[in-house]
Amino acid sequence: MVRAKSVSFSRVVLVIGLLFLYLPMFVLVVYSFNASRLVSVWAGFSTEWYGALLQDQQLLSAVWMSLRIAFYSASMAVCIGTLASFVMTRFQHFRGRTMLSSMITAPLVMPEVITGLSLLLLFVQMAQLIGWPQDRGMATIWIAHTTFCSAYVAVVVSARLREVDRSIEEAAMDLGATPLKTFFIITIPMIAPALVSGWLLAFTLSLDDLVIASFVSGPGATTLPMVVFSSVRLGVSPKINALATIIIVTVSIVAFIAWYLVQRSEEKRRQPLPESS
Amino acid sequence: MEPQPMKPGPTKSLVRRVLASRSTVFGVPFIWLLLFFLLPFGLVLKISFSSAVMAIPPYEPVFNYIDDTFSVVLNFGNYLFLISDSLYVAAYWGSIKIAFIATLCCLLIGYPMAYATARAPVQLQLVLLLLIMMPSWTSFLIRVYAWMGILGNQGLLNNLLLWLGLIDAPLRMLNTNFAVILGIVYAYLPFMILPIYANLVKLDTRLLEAASDLGSRPLNTFWTITLPLSKGGIIAGSMLVFIPAVGEFVIPELLGGPDTLMIGKVLWEEFFNNRDWPVASALAIVMLGLLLIPIILFHRYQARELEKNG
Repeated sequence: MVRAKSVSFSRVVLVIGLLFLYLPMFVLVVYSFNASRLVSVWAGFSTEWYGALLQDQQLLSAVWMSLRIAFYSASMAVCIGTLASFVMTRFQHFRGRTMLSSMITAPLVMPEVITGLSLLLLFVQMAQLIGWPQDRGMATIWIAHTTFCSAYVAVVVSARLREVDRSIEEAAMDLGATPLKTFFIITIPMIAPALVSGWLLAFTLSLDDLVIASFVSGPGATTLPMVVFSSVRLGVSPKINALATIIIVTVSIVAFIAWYLVQRSEEKRRQPLPESS
Repeated sequence: MEPQPMKPGPTKSLVRRVLASRSTVFGVPFIWLLLFFLLPFGLVLKISFSSAVMAIPPYEPVFNYIDDTFSVVLNFGNYLFLISDSLYVAAYWGSIKIAFIATLCCLLIGYPMAYATARAPVQLQLVLLLLIMMPSWTSFLIRVYAWMGILGNQGLLNNLLLWLGLIDAPLRMLNTNFAVILGIVYAYLPFMILPIYANLVKLDTRLLEAASDLGSRPLNTFWTITLPLSKGGIIAGSMLVFIPAVGEFVIPELLGGPDTLMIGKVLWEEFFNNRDWPVASALAIVMLGLLLIPIILFHRYQARELEKNG
């Protein structure tokens, strides 16, 4: 009796918690179709804010800038994060192991203001010493984002690397493949799903970052979160509600596709293997 | 990487290639992180001993090399300034207090959510996890912003409460510490749930059966078996919430009021508004010092996770 009660308590909290997570976003979506400028007044259905969004040149160029930075950062972060997690999972003893593992995990929790400030000071110092970067912008944001996204990629990828069957790698090397070839022909295909999800995670993290980008960017580069932040600081704006709706819908679609693909591969795995005669 | 192909001919070049690939595998992440993660902290430490000047960059050099003599000018003034001005002490204390309360709230809501998810049928677990994680993939900024419309004096919540007749005049909820804590709980809740779920789902259910066979009541089993065994997840989740929350800038800026003192916001203003880079650096170093123990706790857990079955 008591058991059933305690289980239902956690289920009730789960439902309330999910409502808590989704209600504010639902409110944003609803109010993005409000004809009135004010939050408190509902003045009928309208899509005018979406039109206004498409006319906003500053916002559109910031979107393009953010997408490019996120693409490059995610791609580089996958390379570095994968190499780091490969080293951590496949080599048990080497000098600097503790240092590498702390440098991978620390960015996960480091307050953004500290990371941003420290990278800015680095870029300023570098400009003094070697003359690069003369002006901060896309390249410096790319480096900053790659650094903190690598940590997230490393967590996702190393979870997968620990699961894969190492005897296949060993068999390939016994048959004469070099470690490098084995890595590309055997290991990479086996961890491909983790690489994709790591890339997507890094992409969203880079797209979302305001604080670090504000520190390391120059006057030339304005990312989407910077534009949103300077608008939101002044108060609620229906245009931002429309933007939020577009983001929420896009993420939901991608999440649904991801769920569908995982679901299908799970079903495939559960089917019994055809018997060989 | 032991078994080498037994070919008589090009062994040497093969060895060289293996060595080359191996040093790339080790070197690239190592050098990248050394250069762009560790070295910058050294620079923050260095600049924190400098003093602000009207120049580009706006600080005085710490290491001087003039007339063949090398001199180091360390200026402890920034640190003395932080201690003497009660604003900074209050900001540190305020950040830690707000982050602590928010972490506790996340734990109290997150633990039952993780528990219910881990006990759900496998098919449902995937859906629930996706539902829990999805908000964190949308924009952080926009999720904080959503509360501005809800908590404001003319906002949705006040209108609802007025309509229900529970209050007569709008409550001041936006621009308070309450709003900041709510914002942190909202934004960081998924990061509390995930590690606890990962821990609970691995829990050997035979232990629970054994306990119940031996006559333990479910609540007692929970306190003596489930909770202690999920300690790792609780610590990881709490650190994932607490440490970034202490340095949080966006949430106090958007939801906090003039009396909300948080160190991330103070650092931001010191840097961008006052252009006092040395004081901002000293603020960062002291913050890092305060967070050192939580960061080590988190790292211990994470390293164990990274190395498991390795």
